[in-house]
Amino acid sequence: MMIPMVLGITIITFVVIHLAPGSPTDIETQMNPKVSAQAREKLKRIYGLDKPLHRQYLDWLRRLAILDFGDSFVDGRAVIKKIGDSLPITVVINSLSLLIIFLVAVPIGVLSAARQYSLFDKFTTVFVFIGFSVPTFWLALLLMILFGIRLNWLPISGIKSLYLADPAFWNRALDYARHLVLPVFVSSFGGLAGLSRYTRSNMLEVIRQDYIRTARAKGLSERAVIYKHALRNALMPVITILGLSVPGLIGGSVIFETIFSIPGMGQLFYGSVMARDYPVIMGILFIGAILTLFGNFLADISYAIVDPRISYR
Amino acid sequence: MGCSRKSEEKGIPPSATEDAPVNGDRIIVCSIGDAKRLLPMLASDSASAEIAGLVHNGLVKYDKDIKVVGDLAESWEISEDGLVITFYLRRGVKWHDGEPFTSHDCLFTYQKMIDSNIATPYSQDFLRVKDAHVLDDYTFQVRYDEPFAPALVSWGMGIIPRHLMEKEDLNTTDYNRNPVGTGPYRFKEWVTGQRIVLEAFDDYFEGRPHIDQFIYRVIPDTATMFLELKAEGIDYMNLNPVQYERQTETPFFKERFQKFRYPAFGYTYMGYNLNDPKFFDRRVRQALTYAIDREGMIRGVLLGLGQVCTGPFPPESWAYNPDVMKYPYDPEKAKDLLADAGWKDADGDGILDKDGASFAFTLLTNQGNEQREKCAQIIQQNLKEIGIVVKINILEWQALLHNFIDQRKFEAIILGWGLSRDPDLYDIWHSSKTAPQEFNFVSYKNFEVDRLIVEGIRTFDIEERKRIYYKLHEILAEDQPYTFLYVADALPVVHRRFRGIKKAPIGIWYDFIKWYVPEHEQRYTTPTLSP
Repeated sequence: MMIPMVLGITIITFVVIHLAPGSPTDIETQMNPKVSAQAREKLKRIYGLDKPLHRQYLDWLRRLAILDFGDSFVDGRAVIKKIGDSLPITVVINSLSLLIIFLVAVPIGVLSAARQYSLFDKFTTVFVFIGFSVPTFWLALLLMILFGIRLNWLPISGIKSLYLADPAFWNRALDYARHLVLPVFVSSFGGLAGLSRYTRSNMLEVIRQDYIRTARAKGLSERAVIYKHALRNALMPVITILGLSVPGLIGGSVIFETIFSIPGMGQLFYGSVMARDYPVIMGILFIGAILTLFGNFLADISYAIVDPRISYR
Repeated sequence: MGCSRKSEEKGIPPSATEDAPVNGDRIIVCSIGDAKRLLPMLASDSASAEIAGLVHNGLVKYDKDIKVVGDLAESWEISEDGLVITFYLRRGVKWHDGEPFTSHDCLFTYQKMIDSNIATPYSQDFLRVKDAHVLDDYTFQVRYDEPFAPALVSWGMGIIPRHLMEKEDLNTTDYNRNPVGTGPYRFKEWVTGQRIVLEAFDDYFEGRPHIDQFIYRVIPDTATMFLELKAEGIDYMNLNPVQYERQTETPFFKERFQKFRYPAFGYTYMGYNLNDPKFFDRRVRQALTYAIDREGMIRGVLLGLGQVCTGPFPPESWAYNPDVMKYPYDPEKAKDLLADAGWKDADGDGILDKDGASFAFTLLTNQGNEQREKCAQIIQQNLKEIGIVVKINILEWQALLHNFIDQRKFEAIILGWGLSRDPDLYDIWHSSKTAPQEFNFVSYKNFEVDRLIVEGIRTFDIEERKRIYYKLHEILAEDQPYTFLYVADALPVVHRRFRGIKKAPIGIWYDFIKWYVPEHEQRYTTPTLSP
């Protein structure tokens, strides 16, 4: 099932990126009077862009079969190397912020459901929606001015200092952590709303169920009812969300990566699209497609494990 | 605007010249994009070209007054008929790996430039070469089919070492990420997407540069860049007019940084599609220029940091003719000229018309350039006042080029040219350059101009060339195939600890190897970079 799906995805993306006006050879060269039209034709031939589209796709597919993603048109480096350079930092930031989102949003959702319409509920609702609506770039700049310039506590951009007085391991780790504080905070702040509201409404729905009334009727304490019986059932759909977040781990956000100068996947992808660097775009989309399918698969499986009503024959 | 001048003189410790130049310290500059390939012939983006320029040398270069002088060539001879150039190379120049530089490297570079399997976009000037010879280790000769004045500066292309690259495929070679040149700085490391580090080359033939290291940081967002500058995380950036005028006038900033200002080598223009009957008549184009308040535009868009453009050359160019037709803001004169050309408001609706059609056109520009968008709005407003309706359409760059410019489906367009230092106008103004993807996309055809352009290419004598380009400037100013809008100022800022910076027509970087930091002000004394 998955192989035809992946093929379909690659065909569609291949066609779509070639439909966008412009080609890799003219991004840097057009509107530069020193570059003649013949020189541009020559570049097209060198990169194989003069062949018909289906030939280009088949060439790409043939190379993919031996796991060769090709070389970037922009700097001639192997696509897999470019992705390998950008991937780790994005995965680190996304995992950290996913962790923080779950650690903060789930308790917020559960508590505000347990005390629906309380002051806590109202306050957290406002708080997560502020996070949801504040533009990332604006918040990031304000935090950079406050912590980077006024207070001088944290570095402004990048992921490493250029110079460290003492390059011992612990200093390097601390330096790295200090660079991550703002990006991780900014990226998780925006993600709180969705998950916490989702947990809250699930929880509210569960609390209204008959088996919760039964639990209360048999005289369990409110604590046991909410945190044992209701919580478990309410968390089930959250697992699905976790599964669906897997492909998101490799997709960086262009906006905050650009603002914080983090050379991650978001910037790589954005830059490649702007430069029409087809091999890199295809490489990233292919890996993303595989991970999405894999994440869906994981979510299905874990759902079956957690919820006995679902089974696969 | 007078305040900016005053502030440059007040409250600033004098750029001390009393200490003798010393070696040491590092300079951290930044770029919004990472470099791509560092071989000079493949460096097509500005980041790569900047790094390649510090690592490599050409045979010639421009000096501070934009005159061609020798670089790796000590001198040269041009034959009487202008067909043969003989370069006499410097002796004792070393590659970064210690091998001597010879004329064989020049020949090798030339052969690679014309090799059709090498992805260089810059081959066209070299394809004019008929043949090239090594006369001896330090004499290199090239022969052309016809005289070609820009030939000399085309040899400013960075020379690459034959002994290392003879067997390499230059498109994919590792030397693109680890170049070896003859330049003042040698390559040290490249952390993709983060930084490139260069180190002073001790055996550089003009003397070792004073600054130990040159670090190129990638900061893709200009707001972040400015914050890093304020936090002294970087030592150099180009400001925009708002930052220059309004955000850097604090005592904090003036104590730490030195601002510079000089006209950039390029201009912004509104080009007319000359195949469109509306713009056939020269009087119409002149009227449009009279009707646009370009002084006001410069005040509004550039906060005064620029000057009105009068033709195809910026004022710093030797080809710039100061006495061409100028078009001061004069809406009444514009109306008169339009009336002469038959455009009158016959039906009384406030819009000019001719043969029953109203004067209306769409003005295109590219997305993401705030200055051009503002210019479009000012033009719209100015032309409305004389009864012309302008619709603005802002398009993504690729869509603009492929769907509108290449297919000539536009009426008027706002764009800019960044110019090479040689005043040759062939590619932008010669009538043979109107094919799709070529640069005379306004389809300007003037046989007098064609003739002068070709004469300009074939003439080596600078005084004579000057006369030709003065005439070209004059004709284009009168014809107004574009409304030349403005030449913006470049606004670089450098950390104050760097001394020996001298502003010249070409900018500030031409003698970077002479910049230094007095010992007690050096900032980076840690011997090594953090891993």
